[in-house]
Amino acid sequence: MKCFTICLLAATTFAGTAAMAQGELNYTVADVIKYPRTIYAGEVAGVATNAQGHIFVYQRAGTPWVALAAARIFSRGNDQLLEFDQNGTFVREIGKGNYANTMATSVRVDRQNNVWAVDRTAGMVIKYAPNGTLAMLLGRKPEAINVTIPGGGRGAAPPADSEGGGGRGAAPGLGVTPAGAAAAGRGAAAAPLAAGRGGRGGPPGTGNQADNFTGPSDVAFDAQGNIFVADGWGANNRVAKFTPDGVFIKSFGRTGSDNESLNSPRSLAVDAVGNVYVADYGNNRVQVLDNNLTYLRSVSGVGAPSAICVSPGATQYLYVSNSNPMDNLDTAGEIYKLQLNGSVVGRFGRAGKAPREFASVNQIDCRQANTVYTAEAGAWRVQKVTLK
Amino acid sequence: MKKSLAPAILAALLATIAPGLSQQRATINDTQTVAQLPYQAVPGFFKLPRDEFLGEVQGMASNSKGQLFLFVRAPQTRLLQFDANGNFVKEIGKGFYGFLYAHSVRVDRHDNIWTVDEGTNIVAKFDPTGSKVLMVIGVRPPVSDGIVAGGPSTGPDENYILCRPSDVAFDMQDNVFISDGYCNNRVVKYDRNGRFVAKNGQRAVGTGVNQYNLPHGIQVDKAGNVYVADRGNGRHVVLDNNLVWKTAYTQYGSAWSNCISTAPGKQYLFMTNSNPNGNPPGSWAITGQIYKAELDGTVIGKFGQAGKLAPNFQVVHMFDCRNPDVIFTGEIESWRAQKFTLRTTAAPAGAR
Repeated sequence: MKCFTICLLAATTFAGTAAMAQGELNYTVADVIKYPRTIYAGEVAGVATNAQGHIFVYQRAGTPWVALAAARIFSRGNDQLLEFDQNGTFVREIGKGNYANTMATSVRVDRQNNVWAVDRTAGMVIKYAPNGTLAMLLGRKPEAINVTIPGGGRGAAPPADSEGGGGRGAAPGLGVTPAGAAAAGRGAAAAPLAAGRGGRGGPPGTGNQADNFTGPSDVAFDAQGNIFVADGWGANNRVAKFTPDGVFIKSFGRTGSDNESLNSPRSLAVDAVGNVYVADYGNNRVQVLDNNLTYLRSVSGVGAPSAICVSPGATQYLYVSNSNPMDNLDTAGEIYKLQLNGSVVGRFGRAGKAPREFASVNQIDCRQANTVYTAEAGAWRVQKVTLK
Repeated sequence: MKKSLAPAILAALLATIAPGLSQQRATINDTQTVAQLPYQAVPGFFKLPRDEFLGEVQGMASNSKGQLFLFVRAPQTRLLQFDANGNFVKEIGKGFYGFLYAHSVRVDRHDNIWTVDEGTNIVAKFDPTGSKVLMVIGVRPPVSDGIVAGGPSTGPDENYILCRPSDVAFDMQDNVFISDGYCNNRVVKYDRNGRFVAKNGQRAVGTGVNQYNLPHGIQVDKAGNVYVADRGNGRHVVLDNNLVWKTAYTQYGSAWSNCISTAPGKQYLFMTNSNPNGNPPGSWAITGQIYKAELDGTVIGKFGQAGKLAPNFQVVHMFDCRNPDVIFTGEIESWRAQKFTLRTTAAPAGAR
C-alpha cells in the first residue's frame, strides 16, 4: 500500500508524543504562585481568578487550635486567603483573623470582583468586597465543638448555644469521635455534629429547606447575582439558592442517587443562561439543573467529580476533575473538558505530584480561555494549565 | 572510670531497669572491647539571640556549605538555620502547615531541606534556601475529623498516609525512604516525585524479620542500602534498595537513631545508644555513647557519655555526621545542640 511508509511514520510519530491516547488534550503547566518570604505553601483547597487575572489561593495553614481551661471546647483555624497578581506576585492576605476560619474549602470571585470564601467546618460562606472588607455572611459557625465518650456513643447533650435556637438544622462543625470511627471517616464526608435542635431546619438528610449548612463545599452565581451554594460535606446533600441579598429561596436535592438526589455535592458552577452544574461526587455524575433548581439531566462518564468549572465567553465549556483521593496517588486524577450538553471534548492529566500531574484537585478555575488553575490539596500547590 | 560488668550482670541489670530497656539484646560489652574514640567538644557552639531558648532539639542536619538546621520544639515547632560558626541565621517555615511536633530534619545531596513532623504526619521538602516548599509526602489529619480520642488512627496502614513518621533518607536516584514510625512500624519508599514504590514491615510490633518496634531513624548508603534504627528492638536493621531484609546489628544498644557520613571517600555508620528519657536507675551504665562502625557493622569505636551538663549527652535524638570527624548532636532533655570533633585514630581500649 502506497501510504505504508508515510502512514507508519505518522503512527510512530504519534505514538512518540507523550502518552497521547484518543481524546487526550495537549497541555503545559506553570508554577506561577510566588509566595512571599513569610508565607509558605499550605494545603491548597481553593483557587480563583478575578477580572484582572489576579489569582486567589485559599489554603489550610498554621495550626488549628482548640482551647483548654474553658467552659466549652472552642476551636479555630489559621487558614490563609491570599491574593497574587497575574504574574503570581503576592498582593495581600484577605480576611486575616476572621471568626469563621476553620477549614478552607473553596474560593470564588463574582462579576463585581467580590471574593467569596467557603469554610465547610465553620459551615459558612463569607463575601468580601474587592477592597477586602466584609460584605455578607451566610451560615453561622458552631459556638463550640462537642465531645463524645471514647468508645462510641454520644455524651451528654452539650450546653445550648448562647444565641439560642431558631433555624438551626443539623449543625456543621467538628466532631469528636473514637479513633476507629475517625479512621473510617477519613476521606468521606465528615460526620455532622450535634443533632438538629429543631427550629426551621429539618432532620438531616432531607435537604434542609433553610439557611444553615451542614458542610458547604462551593458557591456560584448567575447573571442576576443570585447565589448558589453546594452543601455537600454533611448530611444535607443539597444545593441552596439565595437572592443577592442572601435571602434563602429554595433547595434542590437530598441524600440519594435518583434524579432528584445528591450524594456529596462537592462543587458547582453556573452557565450564561443560569443553568446550574453540580459535581455529584458520590453518584459519579454531574447534575444539571435549571435556574429554578429543576432537574434537567445528568452527565456521567467523568469519574467522581470533585471540582467543576464553567468557562465564560461565546462558547462555554464545562471542566470536571475526577480528582484522586488524598490517600491514593495511583488512581484517577484526570480532568475532562466537555461541551455544556455533556459531550466530551477531551481529557488531560493523571494523579501525581510531579509537574503536569494533579494531586487531589479540590477546586479549579477556568475564567481565562484555554486556561485552568488547579487547587491541589494533595500537593499543596496551584498549577496554571494551558491547553494547547 | 567505669566498672566493667560481666555480660550476665549486664543482662540482669537490663531486665530490672525498665521494660523498654530489657527488650534490648544484652550484648553490650563495649566497656571491655570497644575502643574509645578521642573527641573534643566545642563549647557554646550554637549561639541563639538573647532571650531565646532552644527547646527539645529533635532534628539536626548540615548542608554541603556547613550550614546547620535544627528542628526544635521551642515550644512552637521551629526550623532554625545556623551558619558554619554556629551563629543563628534565620527561621524557616514559620506558620507552615507541616509543622507541629518536630521529629527530624535531613538534607539531601542537592541541599534540599527535609522535615519530618510527627504532629502533622507530614514529610516536607524545602528548597536549599528554605523559601519554597517543593513537595510534601503524607496527609495531615483534616480539621473536619475533629479531636480523635485515643490518639492517631488505628486503621490499616496506607501507601500515602504516614502516622507519626520518624525520619527520612535518600538514595543516589533521589528516591525517598521514610521510617514510619510510631504507629505503623514500617519503612516506606517513594520515588523522587512522591509516588509509592515499596514498603517493609507490618503495622503490628514485632521482633523478627520484616518486623519493627518503632523504626526511629533511617539512613541510606551510596550503594542504596537502607539502615533502620529499630529502637524498640534495640537493633539496626539493614535492607537493600528494594527494602528486602538483609541483616541486623544487635550490639549497639538502644538504637535510637543513626547517621551515615557522606564526605567523599569511605562512608561510616554512626549509631547512638542514647540514654533513655527519664534516666531510669542504672541506665547510664549501659547507654549514652555514640558508636562509629563500618557499614557492614564492624565496630570502630565509641565516644561520649550520658550526663546533664555539657559536654555530656542527654538523650541524643538525632545527629549529623556528614564529615565523620565532626558530629553535631540534637538532644532532647538538655534542650541543647553540641558540636564535637573526633580524632581519626582511636585510643587503646579501656583508656578514658
